[in-house]
Amino acid sequence: MEKFEKVHGVAAPMPLINIDTDMIIPKVHLKTIKRSGLGVVLFDEMRYHDHGGENEEFVLNKPAYRATEILVAGDNFGCGSSREHAPWAIKDFGIKVVISTSFADIFFNNCFKNGILPIVVEEEHHAVLMEDAHKGENARMTVHLEDQQITTSDGVVIAFEVDPHRKHCLLNGLDDIGLTMEKDHHIDKFEDHASQARPWV
Amino acid sequence: MSPKTLYDKIWDAHVAHEADDGTCLLYIDRHLVHEVTSPQAFEGLRMAGRPVRAPEKTIAVPDHNVPTTADRVNGIENPESRIQVEALDKNAKDFGIHYYPVHDVRQGIVHIVGPEQGWTLPGMTVVCGDSHTATHGAFGALAHGIGTSEVEHVLATQTLIQKKSKNMKVEITGKLQPGVTAKDITLAVIGETGTAGGTGYVIEYCGEAIRDLSMEGRMTVCNMAIEGGARAGLIAPDETTYGYVKGRPHAPKGAQWEAALNWWKTLYTDDDAHFDKVITLRGEDIAPVVTWGTSPEDVLPITATVPHPEDFEGGKVDAARRSIEYMGLEAGQKLSDVEVDTVFIGSCTNGRIEDLRAAAEILKGKKVKDGMRAMVVPGSGLVRAQAEEEGLAEIFKEAGFEWRLAGCSMCLAMNPDQLQPGERCAATSNRNFEGRQGRGGRTHLLSPAMAAAAAITGRLTDVRELM
Repeated sequence: MEKFEKVHGVAAPMPLINIDTDMIIPKVHLKTIKRSGLGVVLFDEMRYHDHGGENEEFVLNKPAYRATEILVAGDNFGCGSSREHAPWAIKDFGIKVVISTSFADIFFNNCFKNGILPIVVEEEHHAVLMEDAHKGENARMTVHLEDQQITTSDGVVIAFEVDPHRKHCLLNGLDDIGLTMEKDHHIDKFEDHASQARPWV
Repeated sequence: MSPKTLYDKIWDAHVAHEADDGTCLLYIDRHLVHEVTSPQAFEGLRMAGRPVRAPEKTIAVPDHNVPTTADRVNGIENPESRIQVEALDKNAKDFGIHYYPVHDVRQGIVHIVGPEQGWTLPGMTVVCGDSHTATHGAFGALAHGIGTSEVEHVLATQTLIQKKSKNMKVEITGKLQPGVTAKDITLAVIGETGTAGGTGYVIEYCGEAIRDLSMEGRMTVCNMAIEGGARAGLIAPDETTYGYVKGRPHAPKGAQWEAALNWWKTLYTDDDAHFDKVITLRGEDIAPVVTWGTSPEDVLPITATVPHPEDFEGGKVDAARRSIEYMGLEAGQKLSDVEVDTVFIGSCTNGRIEDLRAAAEILKGKKVKDGMRAMVVPGSGLVRAQAEEEGLAEIFKEAGFEWRLAGCSMCLAMNPDQLQPGERCAATSNRNFEGRQGRGGRTHLLSPAMAAAAAITGRLTDVRELM
């Protein structure tokens, strides 16, 4: 996985709460057996008209936000289905950071597996970042993972929390499976023990 | 020893390794797999030359994409769906995992097949690349959905990297009123907590009204724990659980059954165990409910009216305005005046035999209103066969319902069963999101009995009027 250090780019505002994974990527696009190429259908039903053609009102279709790298979204972002196609589409579009007041659990986990940093901030900070995101392409936000800081286009600095293990994996582009396989002997030991304790499993 | 919750006990029994920062490797007892969230995971294994670590604990069944019409014996027409199902056929064979192919009578929705075949047992850890894995919590198993990267991780290592969630108790006291079901309980709880209310928690459901539920009802309750944002929902195993499990094809037998039972009987929350959050509802206060909006938290009794956006606070004001517009409703309109075009009975929430019995009970001797589309999609081939044996299929067919083959069907509309833009559906499924049942489709979630009532009258209806 690519290493994640710092993002300096356009932030787009999506204040709607409860943006679910069906909105992020509708099921018609889940029939792929690949991970790539889903950016074009990100937010499909909001982004395109029923008869095809872009909806000019949708934030990511506006000229200022076509190169968005940071999404500032409403509460409970990513609720619903476990589909990893949601972070795949976000990543493929070019978005590397999503900021909200809360995320749904499975979506939150899925982001880290794909080199996306989901950041939870308090409501007052969220309001500042949302306002900054409304300023368009000339107002770029910076997200620095090592320092755990977001800097707005006005230079306001907001600190954020991130799980140390996940931070380490993102910074170093580490693959979870490889890391876990290094602990293989612990899994062997557990299986030996469990097969005695609960042989019916 | 400090008192433990049921969740604490199952968690502690499955930690294979704990790092200094509390990150654990949690051992997984059962891994369920379906065709939509697994192809990329198997591809990852192939590219890295890794086998499936525990194929005997891995069970696959196609459900999301499969057509539910009788002509599916001729193959799947949609080429993309066909490729996904064929990929699962091949992956199951290549990696040597248990498999129920489309034409097997045991095929069905993964969360119905697992319990039915006795794969799901109390005290287990169960995962699947599907958010409704929470269903299996009904057995006192720690069960939750995972993404495709985690599917690959479990296939390769039989573990997940996890941090422990907090404990939440949802107690439903007393008895339910006539016409009120497990679906009404689970929707009422989400109405109370909101869709993010359970985020960061594992819920244990308890109380008399939960104890009184059958396993089918308990699965309905736990199934929607995820819609409340919780990682998992749990119900402590008891005689009802053991009675359901005993004799199933993959349940333990003989001396193993006795040994298992001894352990299962220790799986309860100790007195004085700590819960970080507690919600209590009185069973008597729960009414038959429906959803009016596009989030499962938009729940109201069927006797209520569509709310005004201004009744809410914060971001919910705009969300409610958007929902009401999308749903084609008006604030102040009586929910029981809302006319529907389609009725869908099925899904991992309500596609079990008891659900079909409850709907058939209301439909007996009645007809679906003229011009409506109504369909029943049993949750598995075995549920379907049992319903035919019990005469339920005849009741549905005589009433004017389509009697389909097993699959996820119109719950998420990945197969040909979809709503058209603007069509309105009374559905026993679990999500009323925009476009969930087809682009522009409008979904009202409710119980099987309420769905049957809507089919008869052509509008959202208080089932108690037909009882």
